[in-house]
Amino acid sequence: MSIDKALSGTGSWLDDRLHGAKGLRTFFRKIFPDHWTFLLGEIALYSFIILLLTGTFLALFFKPSMTEVVYHGSYIKLDGVHMSEAYASTLNISFDVRGGLLMRQIHHWAADLFVAAILAHMLRIFFTGAYRKPREINWLIGLVLFTLSLLEGLFGYSLPDDLLSGAGLRITQGVLQSIPIVGTYLSFFLFGGQYPGTDIIPRLYILHVLLIPGLFMALIGAHLFIMFHQKHTQMPGKGRTNQNVVGAPMYPYFMAKTGAFFFFTFAVLALAATFAQINPVWLYGPYNPLAISAGSQPDFYMGFLEGALRIMPPWQWVVFGHTFAFNVFIPALLPLGGIMTAAALWPFLEQWITGDKNEHHVNDRPRNAPTRTALGMAAVSFYGVLWAEGANDVLAQHFNVPLYTITWIARFAVFLVPIFTYIITKRICLGLQRKDLHLIQHGVETGIVRQLPSGGFIEETRPLDEEELAALGRPVALALPSGEGGAEAEVPAPDMRGGLGRVKARLNKIVNESVPIDEHGANGHGANGHGANGHGANGHSATAEDHAAVSSGSDDEG
Amino acid sequence: MSDSTHGQGPGEPEEGSLPGAQGETGEESQGRHRVIGTPSPAESRLLLAETAGGSAPGLPAAKPRTLPADPQDMAGAKRAEKIVAACFILAMLAGFGFIASYVIFQVHSVTNVLHSNLALGTCMGLAFLLLGVGATIWVRRLMPYVELTEMRHPMRSEPENREAFADTFKEGADTSQFVKRPILRRTLIAATVPVAVAPIVLLRDLGPLPRESLDHTVWRKGMRLLNYGANTPIRPGDFSSPGGMITVVPDGFQNDFNALAKAACIIIKFAPGQVVYTDHDYPVPNLTVKNWTVDNIVCYSKICTHVGCPAALYEETTHHILCPCHQSTFDATRGAKVIFGPATRPLPQLPMTVDAEGYLVARSDFTEPVGPSFWERGNSS
Repeated sequence: MSIDKALSGTGSWLDDRLHGAKGLRTFFRKIFPDHWTFLLGEIALYSFIILLLTGTFLALFFKPSMTEVVYHGSYIKLDGVHMSEAYASTLNISFDVRGGLLMRQIHHWAADLFVAAILAHMLRIFFTGAYRKPREINWLIGLVLFTLSLLEGLFGYSLPDDLLSGAGLRITQGVLQSIPIVGTYLSFFLFGGQYPGTDIIPRLYILHVLLIPGLFMALIGAHLFIMFHQKHTQMPGKGRTNQNVVGAPMYPYFMAKTGAFFFFTFAVLALAATFAQINPVWLYGPYNPLAISAGSQPDFYMGFLEGALRIMPPWQWVVFGHTFAFNVFIPALLPLGGIMTAAALWPFLEQWITGDKNEHHVNDRPRNAPTRTALGMAAVSFYGVLWAEGANDVLAQHFNVPLYTITWIARFAVFLVPIFTYIITKRICLGLQRKDLHLIQHGVETGIVRQLPSGGFIEETRPLDEEELAALGRPVALALPSGEGGAEAEVPAPDMRGGLGRVKARLNKIVNESVPIDEHGANGHGANGHGANGHGANGHSATAEDHAAVSSGSDDEG
Repeated sequence: MSDSTHGQGPGEPEEGSLPGAQGETGEESQGRHRVIGTPSPAESRLLLAETAGGSAPGLPAAKPRTLPADPQDMAGAKRAEKIVAACFILAMLAGFGFIASYVIFQVHSVTNVLHSNLALGTCMGLAFLLLGVGATIWVRRLMPYVELTEMRHPMRSEPENREAFADTFKEGADTSQFVKRPILRRTLIAATVPVAVAPIVLLRDLGPLPRESLDHTVWRKGMRLLNYGANTPIRPGDFSSPGGMITVVPDGFQNDFNALAKAACIIIKFAPGQVVYTDHDYPVPNLTVKNWTVDNIVCYSKICTHVGCPAALYEETTHHILCPCHQSTFDATRGAKVIFGPATRPLPQLPMTVDAEGYLVARSDFTEPVGPSFWERGNSS
């Protein structure tokens, strides 16, 4: 057999020592399902690799030191200026090392892409329900990775010790100092005394190049291993079930495609670094605690925290000689902490609400889980308002609106926009479900118009074929143990009794709100197509039979 | 976990079926799009033949599967091969171009760096782009597309394995005597507590304790105010007319960032009657302390009371001091009280007078901590 040939030479030598043939063969034929959104996580992974490569190059030249030096390098405008060695060596990398500027800019662009890709990947996982059992652990690891990426980014862009990043550090210190009880201690320990001191850059450096990347490697390793072990999820489609995984094998298809994708990622970053300037620290000048410029914006991923600080009204308590600086530590900790905590708890909360303890390997289309999608979009809009407020001065300037007006709008919008987004998203999802239902019941419009004997015109439709039908997926709906409307059932199931049970039943109703699909078309038109027209009708129209049909449909379709 | 992998190239004849196997599962998984070709049965390589058929109960036994060796459209494949090869050659040239650019383009000036960056980056970007394009065309045009199906198994282990594991675990725990000998267990746990705390203790020397250090700045009685940058002392008469804001620093500390991060101040000269004064010798809300000013020249801390950015913007017409970081706005004519933004406290006022030579000097340090709020600050004033 050709296996012998493949294993000859080096392969045979290695196998004699490592016993790898069987394991590697399993690895080679590992199946990877295909969908464009599955590439988002890959972008994050490849950005990380590019960050490691370019970061190593930069570390060869960067001097993480706050020792004051007088600059006499190639950037003449700063000749003779006192600055820290960190800033001077950054100028040196930019102007006196061949390829240094390119590497710096790739590194910075890659960092932005890294966080952006993580965010997008996370949203994909959320909106398709890919975090559900058995993938909760990987979801949690992902949340930690996202938080770490924000820290890593903040520490990284603080290293050059330029005026812009110095303002960022000053804000970080002010926030740290505001934390009740331990704030001043945290600040003094991190900065080695009073701000700014001379310790912060070397300390951030070792965190940035060793500790956090080490954590990244460990967690990304675990993330990938678990993903590999559990096998990838797949989008709904013909022949795709919770018991299988359909796609192309790792070797050669996936390897070749993902290799190409790595090259594309690197190419895009290299071209961005060539043609789009990023973080020109030489224009900002060295850090000076007395100076600042208007319109200072942090990197995009810090924008929502910056916005949270800007939006907060001046609230502060002094109780028994101690200061609660709500104006600082609430915006610094609450938005990120709130979103992260909610995201971490959601998979378990959803399991509790739906009573669904099954494994899920076929993803949901976002429209098919309207409540989840609406909650996710509400969180996105909350983040979005804070993010926009983080650039309120820039918005004020561009749109010629008074600065304070923008902040006042944002103060209300941060609460109202998520609520409206929730409602609108849910309506859109239900509308899209109805459109799907229409396709199922009435087929696809063919564009062929016929004249009836009576003289009227109708457009011909054709029914969906099996693949199209399967790709629509099914609305998420899972009955609680007692069936629909647990609290209303005559004899509630044990865990549906009492106050908590009623809460659960109520939440279950909200989560299960969907347009029921009755494929057999029995009374489809009257009862479903038009009867369940949004509003409260949906929750009630989801009868026990619908649930039975839906859950069996989503579990063993095909 | 051995998985039953099966699948087939689209249109592949079902000759490989095991007796009794149903073709259903394989057909379901056929690729829908980008179907390029079918394998020639004679040439197919038996890569995925060995499968644990029927390992998933209730499902048809998997068929042996092969990956197709050749694309259907051989002529098209030939063309694609040329395109891919061209991409790779160009990528190689771009790679050489990168090395050449490194040698040719020197740096050490802004213009040179610009050219070097353009040359290096373009070559690098093109090299990777062409590699990516080549590889993609290779996959899509030359590799026959197959879709295979792999069976999943519940993540939960089989009951017997779980039991066996539980037994083994218990066995080990028993053998180790960990359960039977509580004294060993408890002393071990007791021993690990200090070992776990020790690393935290080690961090203690990261910095000094805050103590009272945040309450004071370097300003002392009689210390001159220097015009920052020029580092010259200031006479009230130097102000020809009311107007802009000047940053001042304590004499002797003009280059000490640690001192300046708290001690930096701003002075503003007002016209008579513009400032709303109090006659008290301590700060009163919404008022400026008259005795701490000299000839309508007022001195406030430059460090924003929100999170410590320098409050560096001054609007002459409205007398507003604005911190550009988070837009806290202070009214300079009314004791720098907060009129907008997240800051909760006014910018502290520095007590000021003139010395024997007529230069502006501090009367004392600030009477309250400057800069952002902190836990121990309280109402201290």
